[in-house]
Amino acid sequence: MGSIQLQHVNKSFGAHAVIPDASLEIKDGEFVVFVGPSGCGKSTLLRLIAGLEDTTSGQILLDGQDMTAAAPAKRQLAMVFQSYALYPHMTVAQNIGFPLKMAGMDKATIDAKVREAASVLNLTSYLDRRPRNLSGGQRQRVAIGRAIVREPKAFLFDEPLSNLDAALRVNMRLEISELHQQLKTTMVYVTHDQVEAMTMADRIVVLNAGNVEQFGTPMELYRTPANRFVAGFIGSPKMNFVDGAEAQKYGVASIGVRPEHFAVSTTSGTWKGTVGVAEHLGSDTFLHVNVDGLGLMTVRAEGEKQLHHGDVVWLTPDPSRIYRFDKDGRSVKAN
Amino acid sequence: MARAASTQRKVTVTIVAWVVALIIFFPILWTILTSFKSEGDAIQIGKFFQTAWSIESYFEVQSRSDYFRHFANSVIISVGSTILALLFSIPAAWSMAFAPTSRTRDIMMWMLSTKMMPAVGVLVPIYLIFKTLGLLDNAWGLMIVLMLMNLPIVVWMLYTYFKEIPVDILEAARMDGATLGKELVYVLVPMAVPGIASTLLLNIILAWNEAFWTLNLTAANAAPLTAFIASYSSPEGLFWAKLSAASTLAIAPILVLGWISQKQLVRGLTFGAVK
Repeated sequence: MGSIQLQHVNKSFGAHAVIPDASLEIKDGEFVVFVGPSGCGKSTLLRLIAGLEDTTSGQILLDGQDMTAAAPAKRQLAMVFQSYALYPHMTVAQNIGFPLKMAGMDKATIDAKVREAASVLNLTSYLDRRPRNLSGGQRQRVAIGRAIVREPKAFLFDEPLSNLDAALRVNMRLEISELHQQLKTTMVYVTHDQVEAMTMADRIVVLNAGNVEQFGTPMELYRTPANRFVAGFIGSPKMNFVDGAEAQKYGVASIGVRPEHFAVSTTSGTWKGTVGVAEHLGSDTFLHVNVDGLGLMTVRAEGEKQLHHGDVVWLTPDPSRIYRFDKDGRSVKAN
Repeated sequence: MARAASTQRKVTVTIVAWVVALIIFFPILWTILTSFKSEGDAIQIGKFFQTAWSIESYFEVQSRSDYFRHFANSVIISVGSTILALLFSIPAAWSMAFAPTSRTRDIMMWMLSTKMMPAVGVLVPIYLIFKTLGLLDNAWGLMIVLMLMNLPIVVWMLYTYFKEIPVDILEAARMDGATLGKELVYVLVPMAVPGIASTLLLNIILAWNEAFWTLNLTAANAAPLTAFIASYSSPEGLFWAKLSAASTLAIAPILVLGWISQKQLVRGLTFGAVK
């Protein structure tokens, strides 16, 4: 079991509230991702759950039990750090076995469990090495091994992939997802990368300036963002926003159209513009179009579009996919 | 041309370095040479080298005041005070490095400021306290007083070493179920071994050479080598050869220790400033 509940959690440093008032309910076995721009408080929120930071007010419940004041060691949570935080003076086997040693298990049990975890993570031949003799990906695996070996109530990941190169990151992303399928243990994962959030999460928490902007499945966030911030943060490339007179036509303060919800034509359409930069990826073509009177818009066209710098194009937004926002940025349903 | 200039520079630097080193080493060299002179040769100041080598002074010194007992006291007091100092300073430096409050910096400056006070200023109160507690001429008493004297430096040194250890690793230990004690024993101390070793060595040397408290608080039982040297100066007249032999015997062990552990000491003396 590993449910996590936050009830009106506040964290302030002096007069500055990093987390003003956060309430969340993470179900047992769920993979929840905290995502948001840097400095939005996502790591702080994770550290509050871990017990590495003290809450200023509010409650943190693990499996329904109030753990707000409990020491990290007592919470039965495992954490994987961005810096891996391996013990440099211990071998891989000692690193993985450390939590078991702290739990007072005997040597034979520790040894067996370490071997089991090492075989799951392909680390068996590295057990006698020290962390400095491992590559970045291997170090990350050791950190994960150290977390899984003690069968915690939940795993906490603090931007675990940001020190890895792009190719390795994709691999590790898959491995962590597979691990979640196997273990079915609650995982809370912090990242600033919305692609990681979308691909891995059962549910995503979007944070902005310490506030929970929205908590939902990836597709809920994509299809029905609660506000302009979420709409702009989720989706790649970013949603295009239009304010002023054009938005007034829809009876709102601003509207948004995702790059993939445009029809592109060289002859006719709603908005006329000129191609600034065309990025040809083969599977897709990204067009950065200067739309007359509305500014720069990003458009995603499927396949290989023969459009280049300076070409005049017409963009037509899919009317059912136009997002509407009021003057405070909140989403407004279409009439 | 450039090569010639750099060679010239190297030669100059080497000569200057040797001259400086010899000037610093001169008193020690003189002491060692004098210790092998007869008392007659020793008092002739103009005569740097002796006419004959003699080890008589060494035998006399040992038979008169038992070098080995004083040596044992020096070892007990310097090592004991260092171990005591580490027991107190490791937790103190941990809290200052990893759980600082807004007043930590002030406390550290205050600790250091106690080193600026002349020791003689507290001699009378400490003497009276020791007398009352029966700690005069007692190895434990000296260990405690030397530990207190060196504690500010030890805490500061350990603090600078601990600051170099990433806090993530200690947090990982906490997440892994380590209590505070286990975090110190299994993670912090093993990672800080080089720093702790330098601190330990430097503190042993400071305690070994300490003369003010050891002379004032001991008489016979707990007297270390500093008292052993001092017993050869003054009242019975000047016996320079024996005094030199006593000094040589007192500095030899610490000189050897310093020589063996040069690398750690340099690191210790730079106070963790060079990473």
